[in-house]
Amino acid sequence: MADTWNVAGKTFSSRLIVGTGKYKSFEQNAAAVAASGAEIVTVAVRRVNISDPGQPLLTDYIDPKTITYLPNTAGCFTAEEAIRTLRLAREAGGWELVKLEVLGEARTLYPDMRETLKATETLVKEGFKPMVYCVDDPIAAKQLEEAGAVAIMPLGAPIGSGLGIQNRVTIRLIVEGAGVPVLVDAGVGTASDASVAMELGCDGVLMNTAIAEAKDPVVMARAMKLAVESGRLAYLAGRMGQRRYADPSSPLAGLI
Amino acid sequence: MQETVSIRVNGSHRRVPAGISVADLALELGLEPAKVAVERNLEIVPRSALAEVIVEDGDDYEIVTFVGGG
Repeated sequence: MADTWNVAGKTFSSRLIVGTGKYKSFEQNAAAVAASGAEIVTVAVRRVNISDPGQPLLTDYIDPKTITYLPNTAGCFTAEEAIRTLRLAREAGGWELVKLEVLGEARTLYPDMRETLKATETLVKEGFKPMVYCVDDPIAAKQLEEAGAVAIMPLGAPIGSGLGIQNRVTIRLIVEGAGVPVLVDAGVGTASDASVAMELGCDGVLMNTAIAEAKDPVVMARAMKLAVESGRLAYLAGRMGQRRYADPSSPLAGLI
Repeated sequence: MQETVSIRVNGSHRRVPAGISVADLALELGLEPAKVAVERNLEIVPRSALAEVIVEDGDDYEIVTFVGGG
């Protein structure tokens, strides 16, 4: 049976969502997306370049008809800015599935949960289906879900830090309490971090910098694809218990 | 001489011919209307209405598109 997951009524096979920022070129970005197997990419909403309108566009390289574009609100520090950005995104793309992030400060890029919750409520009223970047707080996660968030996306470490999953206990608590998909958004630095997130029972992982800033982003994209898949399989398989002391793998009976 | 109106687009001042639609404005800027979203005086102009809404003197536009981001 296929191991798929659903968000806002859509079914996906890949549990890896990748960003489209920080790449050296559109070609490299497109190759990394292909290698990652991702079916969803995050995109930002920005002013068009009026002084040079002939510039190539992201949509020329990554086709929004085959890859689901998830518009984000990166760079927004208030609910109002985030909502305004997503209204434009909905008009540009024509879909309701969006990624909400309302940042609290530039130094840590931690989310401002008061503004995030406020924005979630308004967006849901307007028919949006927001996947929401949040702190690793099981209560805040529950409040977002009650407000209508279609997915909960706690950080594993600060955005762009590559520190790996620093908060396994709280991520697991969120997974256990959630009735909507939980995806680690931010903090993954290398393949084993993605596996850790999946072994905790997350439905998926979202990453950008870990792939884009790798020396070879296309190879790292493939590593991440495999890491997400193996972490997921390990979670489904159910890991062995941990012991304090050794337990021999060969039988003790019949020793000469 | 052709009559013009004064507007702002993405924060920059511009003069455009009077009576053109928002879709015309996009084309005049070298943009494909189907690939952008337009906000006029803080209100979204639905894509279906781009050809009907007329650019007025003093309008403030934000025209955006999708770019790479995390």
